[in-house]
Amino acid sequence: MSAVILNRVRKGLYIDSVALMRFSRSIAGLDGVEEAALMMGTPANLGILKDAGLLDGTGEGASGGDLVVAIRASDAAQAEAALVEAERLLDQPRGSRGEGAVWRPRSLRAAVAQMPDASLALISVPGDFAVAEARKAIRRGLHAMIFSDNVPLAEEVALKREATELGRLVMGPDCGTAIINGVPLAFANRLPQGSVGIIGASGTGIQEVSCLIARLGGGISHAIGVGGRDLGDVVGGISTLAALDMLARDKLTGHVVMISKPPSPEVTARVLARAGAIGKPVTVCFIGAAPMAMPANAEQVFTLKDAALKAVGIGEETTPRKPDIPAIAGRRGIRGLFSGGTLCAEAQAVLLAGRLQVTSNAPIPGALVVGAAEDGHLLLDLGDDAYTRGRPHPMIDPEVRGGPVREAMKDPALAVLLADVVIGHGAHPDPAGGLARAVTGARGRRAPLVIASVTGSDADPQIRSAQVSTLEEAGILVAPSNADAAAWARDAVGS
Amino acid sequence: MAAQDTASETRKGYSVPSNDRSPVNDLLDMPLRVVNIGLESFADDLTAEGAEVVHVDWAPPAGGDPELAALLAKLGA
Amino acid sequence: MTDIAGRIDAANQEALRRIFAGDPVLVDVVPAAEAIPALWERMILHAGPPVDWSRMCGPMRGAVAGIAVFEGWAPDLEAAAQMAGEGAFDFQPNHHFDAVGPMTGMTTISQPVMVVENRAFGNRAFCTINEGLGKVMRFGGNDAEVLDRLRWLRDGFGPAMGKALRSGGGIPLKPLVARGLTMGDEMHQRNVGCTGLMLRALSPAMAASAGDLKELSRALAFIGGNDQFFLNIAMAMGKAIMDPVRGIEASTVVTAMSRNGTDFGIRVSGTGDTWFTAPVEMPEGLYFPGFTEADANPDMGDSTIVETVGLGGFAMGAAPAVAGFVGAGTASEAANFTRAMAEITLAENPEWTIPALDYRGVPSGIDIRLVVETGLAPTINTGIAHREPGIGQVGAGVVRAPLACFRQALKAFAGQMGVA
Repeated sequence: MSAVILNRVRKGLYIDSVALMRFSRSIAGLDGVEEAALMMGTPANLGILKDAGLLDGTGEGASGGDLVVAIRASDAAQAEAALVEAERLLDQPRGSRGEGAVWRPRSLRAAVAQMPDASLALISVPGDFAVAEARKAIRRGLHAMIFSDNVPLAEEVALKREATELGRLVMGPDCGTAIINGVPLAFANRLPQGSVGIIGASGTGIQEVSCLIARLGGGISHAIGVGGRDLGDVVGGISTLAALDMLARDKLTGHVVMISKPPSPEVTARVLARAGAIGKPVTVCFIGAAPMAMPANAEQVFTLKDAALKAVGIGEETTPRKPDIPAIAGRRGIRGLFSGGTLCAEAQAVLLAGRLQVTSNAPIPGALVVGAAEDGHLLLDLGDDAYTRGRPHPMIDPEVRGGPVREAMKDPALAVLLADVVIGHGAHPDPAGGLARAVTGARGRRAPLVIASVTGSDADPQIRSAQVSTLEEAGILVAPSNADAAAWARDAVGS
Repeated sequence: MAAQDTASETRKGYSVPSNDRSPVNDLLDMPLRVVNIGLESFADDLTAEGAEVVHVDWAPPAGGDPELAALLAKLGA
Repeated sequence: MTDIAGRIDAANQEALRRIFAGDPVLVDVVPAAEAIPALWERMILHAGPPVDWSRMCGPMRGAVAGIAVFEGWAPDLEAAAQMAGEGAFDFQPNHHFDAVGPMTGMTTISQPVMVVENRAFGNRAFCTINEGLGKVMRFGGNDAEVLDRLRWLRDGFGPAMGKALRSGGGIPLKPLVARGLTMGDEMHQRNVGCTGLMLRALSPAMAASAGDLKELSRALAFIGGNDQFFLNIAMAMGKAIMDPVRGIEASTVVTAMSRNGTDFGIRVSGTGDTWFTAPVEMPEGLYFPGFTEADANPDMGDSTIVETVGLGGFAMGAAPAVAGFVGAGTASEAANFTRAMAEITLAENPEWTIPALDYRGVPSGIDIRLVVETGLAPTINTGIAHREPGIGQVGAGVVRAPLACFRQALKAFAGQMGVA
């Protein structure tokens, strides 16, 4: 069998030699083609084609301004087919070879070169690397929000001290939520802008308060997350103090809300002193704290719900709306399964206020650790590190909570199952659906009553009212806030 | 005159006035422009909100080699 | 910021100042022995970091044999190879003698070398004349045709070009390169524009000083027929620009990158003349008809001095056609190579700008810290030689400098700065 050589000369057609080499490779790869080349018909190139056994009489007649298609194939039919394909490549319109690849910078340095007026670095790389990135950011004049957790405490301190010297704010580490100038960052909700500024050591705490404020007709100027350890003795409140100063000067902010677990006496004193000096009303919510002396411009509250009410200038709700909760004979237990740590803490505070015995894996003052009291009401923070090692956070994947929910639904001692549903950016597309399925799938004849709340807004992708409907359709009682849900649960077993 | 990489060479943190330890309010006063380093979904959400964001295609420095990363930190990289 | 970081920044600023202050001018063509007094009989300068005969790749051995015969040190190629094996020749890197050479990079006493003078600092750099495409010594060619051409370059073309250059004030190279960038050149794989500009610059003086019209015609045709003629000038220019940047204490700027077909070597300003070497990588690219990756020689040549000054792969945004060697090759992908190189360099060259990228300057001042941190190695546009000597170029593509060189350099630099 002898191979067939086929040439075609396209007169006056110029295509760049590199493009031609690509085409050549493509044609040479076709079925039955032994060798192929597309080249301009210069004498040197004709020599190359000849040496490669690709040139016939047609090709030999080409001149330097012509394009030669040279093919050697095992038979005439395949040579023809290859030629047709080659012509197709030559004739395709320019610029149709796909969109340009979008360039992504590989470093903060290159990103800032691209966006010189960058104001904030949002960092969510693994904890070991987060501080190094944040340090680069603050040295370049940016502020930093560190979403990452598992950052060594000593690194957090060193970073925040350097940030103070440079006049930069560090939010976090472990800062899941912030809102700056109306822009939600990381796990945050779409809310109207307004005059309430929030400083929170907890993401879900910020989310609950900000969403309640919005539902009460108010709005958020900024929500600054300081990370869970900022108010500890080691860090000493560096970012909290900085945030207070920023909100003091901020023209949009008329009222400041602070949310945290109770700091040590020393840090409390420092923070309250600064709060007292900012010249604006402050609402202080240290969940689980005892009543304490406040500066003249500040008021202490004990739930996130009350913080929201104070911030929008409403007194205490005079008549908490309480549904008709059926008594559940022979059962007295409350189980709480929470995706938000601060929501778990708030629920503990509400139950403790009703003199109930509470146990938890993250106990607030007055509650006991899990297992310490046999007839304590168990409230679990399923987002705690112990539960999320190697598994997704329950806010991202509701299935993580599925097992404990199903177990609770079958527990003969339980009267009430309490749960939170948190929506907004970053959260699962349908957390209510996940909870509803777990509840209805496991519900037997004598299942506990399920009471939940939805932290979010109707402007969120999940749409709060749609999530509420999903829960109610599954026979779940939906309270207007996490505090109310805990109060309903308390009252259901208290009588 | 050599044209430097102006963004990286000239941007420094503001120096804080000596009688006031608090940070300058530029973060709250200016439009938010974010450099996102890590989870790409955060950048997508910011874009959906109409905020300006540049996403960094991040990888651990020095290919994850801790010895080299430590050296780099000391050499001011 | 620690004191060390501050010292490094200050040293790097000085390095950048020297790079951008450079004023390279093509002034002459002279025999290598005249340009390099230390060059002697039986000395063979080669491309890349130091390498001995036993480790030389096929094309380089072929070139060594050929040049030994050319210089009359051996009667034929076989004898030359035998002598090389017995240690008869003194092999040295071009870089150690103010020279650079593409691919095999052979530089010996009687070969004509082009002279580029950096008028800002007074130093000179040398490179042989580009022989053309096809079977040439830089790809390991060593037959009669190759040697005859070398003789013509030595006796005819070289002196003619030298005479023409001396009759004027020399040809300043920075503005010529700036124009080439606007014409689709990147000065490593793509020199068509600059070659044309150089021909225009040289031909009147060559015509004026020509003794013989046939010789003139042959000389002009030689330049005009070789798209890559300017490459060797660009290389000498790069060497002339970077040599004054050597030896700045505490600077992390790369002053040379080079390969000998076996090893890739870099030099860093703050560590002086130390070579940091690692095995060369294989280029990725497209091949001429009849050839495949299996035929390719590993990466070779001093031509990476061009990338060292921000051209070649670093300026790919100016030469979108070249990006075709690495895949789909749209213009925006070419631009991305330049943007990637901006991540490992300290500045943009104010005089060499790329119109298609809104006149951003080519990325200049490779910082070993940035290379190690990002893991982005310098991208090099290169020709691919056949692994057997004497066959020539078989393709073109892209190759990266090995990261290992930069890691070694960083550790050595840190040690020198007293940083554990």
